[in-house]
Amino acid sequence: MYTPDFHYHKAGSVAEAIEMLGHHEDSRLLAGGHSLLPLMRLRLARPATLIDIGGLDELRGIRVHDGHIHIGALTTHGEIARSHDVQHANPLVAEVAGGIGDPQVRNRGTIGGNLAHADPASDWGTIITVMEGSVEVQGPSGSRSIDIADFFQGAFSTAVADDEIVTGIRVPTLVRQGHGHGHDHGHDHGHDHGHGAESISGEVGEYAKMSHPASFYPVIGGAVVINAEGGRCVSARVAVGGLVPTPRRAPSVEAALAGQELTAGNLEAAANQLASDLGDEIIGDIFASADYRRAIAPVEVKHAMLHAIGLAHH
Amino acid sequence: MTTRLFGSGIRRREDPRLITGQASYTDDIKLAGLVHAAILRSPHGHARINSIDTSAAAAAPGVIAVYTGADTEGVLNPMPCAWVIPDSDVKAVAYPPIARDVVRYVGDAVAVVVAEDRYQAEDALELITVDYEPLPTVINPEAAMQEGAPQLHEDAPSNQAFHWVAAGGDTDDAFANADVVVRDTIIQQKLIPNPMEPRSAIATYVPAMGELTIWNTTQNPHIARFVTCLVTGIPEHKIRVIAPEVGGGFGAKIAVYAWDMVTAFCAMKLGRPVKWTETRSENFVSTTHGRDHVEYVEMAANSDGRVTGVRSVVYAGMGAYLSTAAPGIPTILHGLMYSGPYDIANIKADIYGVFTNSTPVEAYRGAGRPEATFLLERLMDLVAAEVGKDPVEVRRMNLIPKFENGHDVAIGLTYDSGDYEGVLNVALEHVNYDQLRHDQAHGREHGRLTGIGVSCYCEICGLGPSQVAGAVGFGGGLWESATVRFYATGKVNVFIGTSPHGQGEETTFAQIMSEELGVPVDDVEVIHGDTDTTPMGWGTYGSRTTVVGGGALALSARKIKDKAITLAAHLLEAAEADIEYEDGNFFVRGAPDNGKTIQEIALMANVAWNMPEGMEPGLEATTFYDPPNFSYPFGAHVAVVNVDPDNGHIVLERYVAVDDCGPQINPMIVEGQVHGGVVQGAGQALWEGAVYDDNGQLLTGSMLDYALPRAHLVPDIETLSTVTPSPHNPLGVKGIGETGTIASTVTIYNAVIDALRPLGVTRLEMPLTPERVWRAIQEAGGHHGHGHSHSHGHDHGHDHGHGH
Repeated sequence: MYTPDFHYHKAGSVAEAIEMLGHHEDSRLLAGGHSLLPLMRLRLARPATLIDIGGLDELRGIRVHDGHIHIGALTTHGEIARSHDVQHANPLVAEVAGGIGDPQVRNRGTIGGNLAHADPASDWGTIITVMEGSVEVQGPSGSRSIDIADFFQGAFSTAVADDEIVTGIRVPTLVRQGHGHGHDHGHDHGHDHGHGAESISGEVGEYAKMSHPASFYPVIGGAVVINAEGGRCVSARVAVGGLVPTPRRAPSVEAALAGQELTAGNLEAAANQLASDLGDEIIGDIFASADYRRAIAPVEVKHAMLHAIGLAHH
Repeated sequence: MTTRLFGSGIRRREDPRLITGQASYTDDIKLAGLVHAAILRSPHGHARINSIDTSAAAAAPGVIAVYTGADTEGVLNPMPCAWVIPDSDVKAVAYPPIARDVVRYVGDAVAVVVAEDRYQAEDALELITVDYEPLPTVINPEAAMQEGAPQLHEDAPSNQAFHWVAAGGDTDDAFANADVVVRDTIIQQKLIPNPMEPRSAIATYVPAMGELTIWNTTQNPHIARFVTCLVTGIPEHKIRVIAPEVGGGFGAKIAVYAWDMVTAFCAMKLGRPVKWTETRSENFVSTTHGRDHVEYVEMAANSDGRVTGVRSVVYAGMGAYLSTAAPGIPTILHGLMYSGPYDIANIKADIYGVFTNSTPVEAYRGAGRPEATFLLERLMDLVAAEVGKDPVEVRRMNLIPKFENGHDVAIGLTYDSGDYEGVLNVALEHVNYDQLRHDQAHGREHGRLTGIGVSCYCEICGLGPSQVAGAVGFGGGLWESATVRFYATGKVNVFIGTSPHGQGEETTFAQIMSEELGVPVDDVEVIHGDTDTTPMGWGTYGSRTTVVGGGALALSARKIKDKAITLAAHLLEAAEADIEYEDGNFFVRGAPDNGKTIQEIALMANVAWNMPEGMEPGLEATTFYDPPNFSYPFGAHVAVVNVDPDNGHIVLERYVAVDDCGPQINPMIVEGQVHGGVVQGAGQALWEGAVYDDNGQLLTGSMLDYALPRAHLVPDIETLSTVTPSPHNPLGVKGIGETGTIASTVTIYNAVIDALRPLGVTRLEMPLTPERVWRAIQEAGGHHGHGHSHSHGHDHGHDHGHGH
C-alpha cells in the first residue's frame, strides 16, 4: 500500500486551486482522501500532482436559507449528521449522513469528494437525486450550478470539467407539517411510531439500504420523499442507487404512488413498478448479482416507503 | 495475606501497552542501516516464467539489490513441510523460496528488491519485466483431482498431495445395516485469516560471527529457528529468532514463510539489516489461508436416531505448496475427531490433500476441528429430520455418558474427561429451549422465519504427547518448558517456550505462580518470544499454551516449593516433615507467625549465606513437560437467527455458548477467547470466503470485498460454563482458544437451515450471503407461507438512513 511518486501542492484558496488545476498536467484534488488515497495506495490511480484543498475553510460549512440547505463541499459526513440546522431543515439528509460508513469515514470523508467520485451506489448520489438538489462548481470562467439530474455522467464520471472544483451542494429543505412526523423518521430500532398513515400531511422522506458487509458501502439504496395530504400521496419522488451506473429516479414508481392512499398494499404495488425504470444496464458483482439487485431493489424502496409513513413494524 | 488470583477475572496486563500504542511490533523496530525489501509476486494463477529482466529495477533510485530465484537457488534450501503423515504418500514437492521457472498461484514470489526505502523498492518492482506464459489453473480441490485437470507439480500426479485414511469399527457394515443414511456435500470455503498485524520480518547477519538474528511475527519462534537453520544452512545455535509483540496469528503465523527466508538471504548477501513487511493487499495472497474442503459426508443411524456410523470423503485444498504444518490439519486434527462428543462405533475418514493454484492453506483457528464438528452437527440435524425427532433429542441419545478419567472412542483416541449432557442441559435451560421452539412456531404462523441451531462439540487440543506427535509425523516435539527464577527481592521472572500473541498468558501465567507459591501477580513477569532468552518450546497453537506450557510452569513452581520447604526447615531449624505451606508462608506446624515467606526464602537462597549442606544457591527451576494426553474441551452452543425472505438477509439474534475448559485461571480471558472464537466462526458462516475466478485471481483480495465480522452485526454473546477437570495435566485445564470457532459456524448454519426448512430449503453454501439465501428460497419454490414480510427483516444490519 505504497503510492507511486507524486507532487503535492496545498492550495490557499479556491481561486488558487483552480489555477493549479489548469497549470499542472494530470492533477487531482485531494479533499478528505477517502476515495483517492486508497486508489493511489493500490496504484490504481496515479495522478502526477495532488492539489490539497483540505484546508480551504471557504468550502466548509452549512447554511440554511430560503428553502435550501447549502453545504460546503468540504463539509464532512459527520458534520452534516451532527448539524442541528440540517436535522431541522431536512432530517433525511442528516440521517443519511450519519449512516455513511463508520465514524472514521464520517469524520474524514466529505460530501463534495463523495459526489465528485461518483460511485454508482453512493448514499449521497441517491439522496441528492431524490431531493432534486444541485451541485455548485467553480472554474476559470466562474461558477455554475449543475442539477443533480445532469451531474452524473456514468459510473465514476461527472459533468464537472477538469479545471473545475465542486464547491458546494444545494439541497431543498423538506416541507414541514403540523405534527412533525416528517422529521421523525421511524427507523430507530424500537422506536414506536404511534400514528398511522392517515394522519400524515406534508413531506416525509426516508432511505433504506442494504450495505456490503465488508465495505459498509451501499449495495442498493432506495430513497423516497412522499408529499402527503390526509393520508393520501399527493406526489412522490423516488430514487435508487447501486443498480445502474448512476443514481436514478423511478418515475414509474412515483406515478404509481401519486394520488394513492398510503396503505402498505399500495406502497408495495408502487415499489414493484421499479423494474420498468431500470432498463438492462443493471450492475452486479460477486456479492450481489444484477439479477439479485433487480429483484431486491423494490424491497428496499418498499422498506423506505413504509418507514417514511410510519407503517413499518419492528 | 496474599491475594490468591487463580480463578479471578483480573484485567489483562498486556492491554495497557496494546491499547495505548506502546507495544512494539516487528515493523516498529528500526536498526541502524536498515534497508527495505519488497517482493514481486506473480499476477498469474499458474504460468511459466520464460525470462525475467531486472536491469531497469536494479538501476532505479535507491535500489541496492534485486534477486530472483536464480540467486537464491543453491543458497537457500527449499521450504520444508514439517508434518509428513506416515502411510499417506505425502508428496513433499519442491517449494523454492523464490519461484523458478513456474509460478503456481497469484502471490508466488518472483523477485525481491532491496532499497533504501520501501517506496523506492515498490517503485522498482514495477520496473521488473517478467515474460510469463500463462498456464491453465485449478482452484477447486475436487476438480483438481479429476482427469485432465491442470497439473501443478510433476511429482504429484492428479495433484494429490497425500491420501490418508483413518477408520475405527466397520463402517461398511454399519452403513449396510442402517435404517437411515443421511448424506450431505459440505463446502468448507477457503478463509483468509487476516490477523490485525500483517506478516513482517527483519533480518540482520553478522558475517564475522556467522550469526543471524530475525525479528519475526510468529507464533513459534523456536520452530522458526529450527526451520531457518534447515533453509539457510546456518547452524541452529547461531540463529536467534525474536517474536516481538505479535498482533494476532489465528494459525497464519505458525508457518515459517519463504519471505522470511528471503529477507534473511538479503541480509546475508548485503551485510545490512533488511526489513520486509507485507502490505494488507499482499497479506491476502501471501499469508496462509484456512479450511478449503469439499466433503462428501454420510451418517448411518437406527430408525430411532441412534447413530451407528460416520464416514467421509474429503478433498482438502493445500494450495500450491505444502505449508509447514498443513498436512496434519485435515487429517490428524480433523479425521480423528469424527466422534465428537458422541458414542459412534464405526467411523471412517478418507482424506485427500490436493494441490491447487491458490495461496497455501495452513491452520486457521480450530484447524480441522471446526470442519469435523460441522459435518457431525450437520448430519445430526439431517438424522433428526429423517427420523422425525427434535435435533436436541437425537443428540442427547447419542452423547457419551459422563466420564472423569478417560474414555476410548472408536478411532483410537482416549478423551480425558467429559460431561456432554451436562453442558447441553445448561444451554437448553438457559435459553428455555421449549419456549424458544414454541415462539418459533408462533412466529412462523405470522411469516416470521426464525431458526434455532443447537450444537454439541468436543475437540482435541492441548497438543500433545510428543510420542504421538512422532507417531503421526509431526516434525518436532510437542512438550513445553518453563523456567521460574526468583530474585533476591522476591520478584519473579517466568521464562516460557511458548509464545502467546494475544491470548493473555502473561496474565494467566502470573496467576498460576500466584496460586502455586503465593506471590502477588504483580511480582511476576512472564518472558517469552526470544530463542536466546527463553527455554525451548514448540509454540502457541492448537490451544496448547496453557495446558502444556502452563503445566510446565506449575511443575517448576512445585519444584521451587520443594526447595523452599527444605531451605525453610534449615532456617527454622526444624525437620522438613514439620514444615507446612500456606499462602506463600513456610512455617513449622502450629507456628505460622514465625514462618519464612517465599520472599524471605528467595532472599536467603539468592545470597546463599546459610544454605543446607549440599543445596545449590539460587531459587530457580526448569521443567520440561510432555503431557500424557491431549485435552478435550467440550460444550453446547445455541444460535437464534431471523431470515428476511424478501431479500435473504440474516440477522443473528442470539448466541449462547456453554463451554467446559476445566478450571478457569481467568474467567474474563476465557470469555474473551470464546467471544473472539464465536465471532470468527460466525464470519465463516455468514460473511467470509475467498473467491477466485477461473484464472486463479483472488476476487476478495481486500477489506472492501472480504467481509470480516463487524461488531454491530453480532449480538451480545451469552457465555456460560461448567467445570470438568482434565485428569491428564497438572492444572486440570483444557484449551479454550479455538472452541468458539469450532462450534459457532455450524451452530449458526444449522439455525439458518432451521429457519428456512418450512420453505423447503435444506442446504446452502457458505458464506450465507443474502443473495444465496434469497436464491435458495426462490429455487425452493418462492417464499410462500409468509404473509407479512414487510413486518420484519429491516432491522439489524439493514440500515435505514442512519447507522446503528
